[in-house]
Amino acid sequence: MTAEPVALPYDRPALAQALGADYEERLLAAHHWMTLARELDSRMLGLQRQGRIGFYGPATGQEAVSVAAGLASRPEDWIIPGLREQLIALVRGHSLARYVHHLFANDRDPARGRQMPCHPTAREVKYVSMSSVVGTQITHAVGIAYGLKLRKDTGVALAFFGDGATSANDFHAGLNFAAVLGLPVLFCLTNNQWAISVPVERQTHVKELAMKGGAYGIPSRRVDGTDFVACYATFAEGLEAARASPGPLLAEFLLYRMTPHSSSDDPSRYQAPDWMAQALAHDPVRRMEELLTRLGILSDAARTSVREEAARLVKEAVNEAESVGTPTPESMLTDVLATAPSPVAPRSEPA
Amino acid sequence: MTELTLVQAVNRGLQQAMHDDGDVILLGEDIGLNGGVFRATDGLQKEFGAERVIDTPLSETGIVGTAIGMALYGLKPVPEIQFQDFIYPAFDQIVSELAKFRYRSGGQYPCHVVIRAPYGGGVKGGLYHSQSAEAYFAHTAGLKVVIPSTPADAKGLLLSSIHDEDPVLFFEPKRIYRAVSGEVPEGDYRVPLGEARIAREGSDLSVFAYGAMVHPALQAAESLAESGPSVEVVDLRTLAPLDEKTVLASVEKTGRAVIVHEAPRFCGYGAELGSLFAEKALFSLKAPVVRVTGFDTPFPYALEHLYLPNAPRILHAIRETMAAG
Repeated sequence: MTAEPVALPYDRPALAQALGADYEERLLAAHHWMTLARELDSRMLGLQRQGRIGFYGPATGQEAVSVAAGLASRPEDWIIPGLREQLIALVRGHSLARYVHHLFANDRDPARGRQMPCHPTAREVKYVSMSSVVGTQITHAVGIAYGLKLRKDTGVALAFFGDGATSANDFHAGLNFAAVLGLPVLFCLTNNQWAISVPVERQTHVKELAMKGGAYGIPSRRVDGTDFVACYATFAEGLEAARASPGPLLAEFLLYRMTPHSSSDDPSRYQAPDWMAQALAHDPVRRMEELLTRLGILSDAARTSVREEAARLVKEAVNEAESVGTPTPESMLTDVLATAPSPVAPRSEPA
Repeated sequence: MTELTLVQAVNRGLQQAMHDDGDVILLGEDIGLNGGVFRATDGLQKEFGAERVIDTPLSETGIVGTAIGMALYGLKPVPEIQFQDFIYPAFDQIVSELAKFRYRSGGQYPCHVVIRAPYGGGVKGGLYHSQSAEAYFAHTAGLKVVIPSTPADAKGLLLSSIHDEDPVLFFEPKRIYRAVSGEVPEGDYRVPLGEARIAREGSDLSVFAYGAMVHPALQAAESLAESGPSVEVVDLRTLAPLDEKTVLASVEKTGRAVIVHEAPRFCGYGAELGSLFAEKALFSLKAPVVRVTGFDTPFPYALEHLYLPNAPRILHAIRETMAAG
């Protein structure tokens, strides 16, 4: 299936207005990260099929939102992620090598291989550890924002979650608490229109999920989540507003899931055949490349070189990760509690 | 030393912690202006301000989830769940998030939250103001579970919990919030976590209890002071991690064990103690281990006096155990 990407409607003056005078540099940086993310997804899904990693949750189609968040946020901001935001950690400075060690759940995974792949922790860039439970992270962002406000810290808490999470308890509790307490939270709703097999029309009866923010008195808007420029402008403006006058904001990023939910999913059981054509027309990477090529910011040769560089970086990280063994058996027993002795193995187990 | 009720001791513990450490934040339903429905937080909002004693909207998952975020940021939140019976909306936050942050992040994100909740029956609270849910939490790796039975321990264990580094479920026996009073040391008084207390020494039989049940256990033991047998009462104080050393030493000394708790028997905390004795003290036992517990039913309103273990039931179990060997 092929479809021409829906063109991004910008000329140079519009880009300067949305991204600032150094817009070319910013766009090229974004293109680098988006290309790397696409390469990572493609390579990792392949490795998963070969049994070399156990699981993978691709972010294909969601790159514009993550890259924009990574580039527009400051070091003092906190990222409270959902399943498809790992790219934000990388853009904010988490090393690709460490992330790939995590994907391989090896002994150099900072979390010692305890979580499934795509659940990294990167404290050094204020990227919070996530569980696999949908929506529970939303109230964590509220508590972090409470600390930011109490300590007069200029950071903002960015909470990421998908369309399915808007049906979960903590979405409602989190939005309500943040609004009542007046906290600097940017609720980033990545609506890729699917919660595994359930389309967004079966998730909600409202026309736009952003309307739900209004019910809690939170200024909310829908944004084209496959348009990097619109995403960047939304983050820049939202972060500035939240810093200036603490109070939550909600942005619904409209996305198109371009892959299965995860390596364990088969969308042919539930997606109409024309879905992928729509998704491809909104491919954020192709839309970005079309814009950059049209405006003469990225030559064909440069594009090829960016892709080759991304492939090289991923390949190096994979080679390094594959050379590291599984975590030591003892590592299973640590980090349960700080002050109690580690639990011992069951007595019936051989020593 | 000051003579205080148990709930006053909780209040003084919170006050001390808030005074000594500006990172300590309280949040919950009705805890600010109203001082909590049991008055455990009475006066604290006035003393420390509404930024540190927060009246929240009514959502337990919101309270605990927000507290988790505060802890991730570096504050020391002490959320209150108004009744332990209402903790279940926050169960997901407690077992999926709070208990696992340290482990799943490889130690990058410790998550120190102390959740206070009044628990237990005896106040005519019916099904939803009387439960004893400690076993759910003691079963979850990554949590500490603490239950005081005296005013001094209420303050001392609470302060140790707040100055600990791990998540703590601090369950307060509401039945004895005011029914029990005692001398409580002033200042930053701490009782270490993970240490059981020999509430009464004895040589023939050990009764293991915690929270409100320590008191009928002591009554039963005292009633036999002259006639015998000589009954030891062990107040567990910390259910997780359990002080195996003290507990095993007691049962090895007496050779007989009666376990008391309000919660239903099946898979209750007593089952863990019984298994521990079977695994590590079997050859010290002179008689089968007996449990005196709530019934395997929901908690009843009109018949709570029959449901709850009391001194006569404990006495009966002691006599039965002594008769068995």
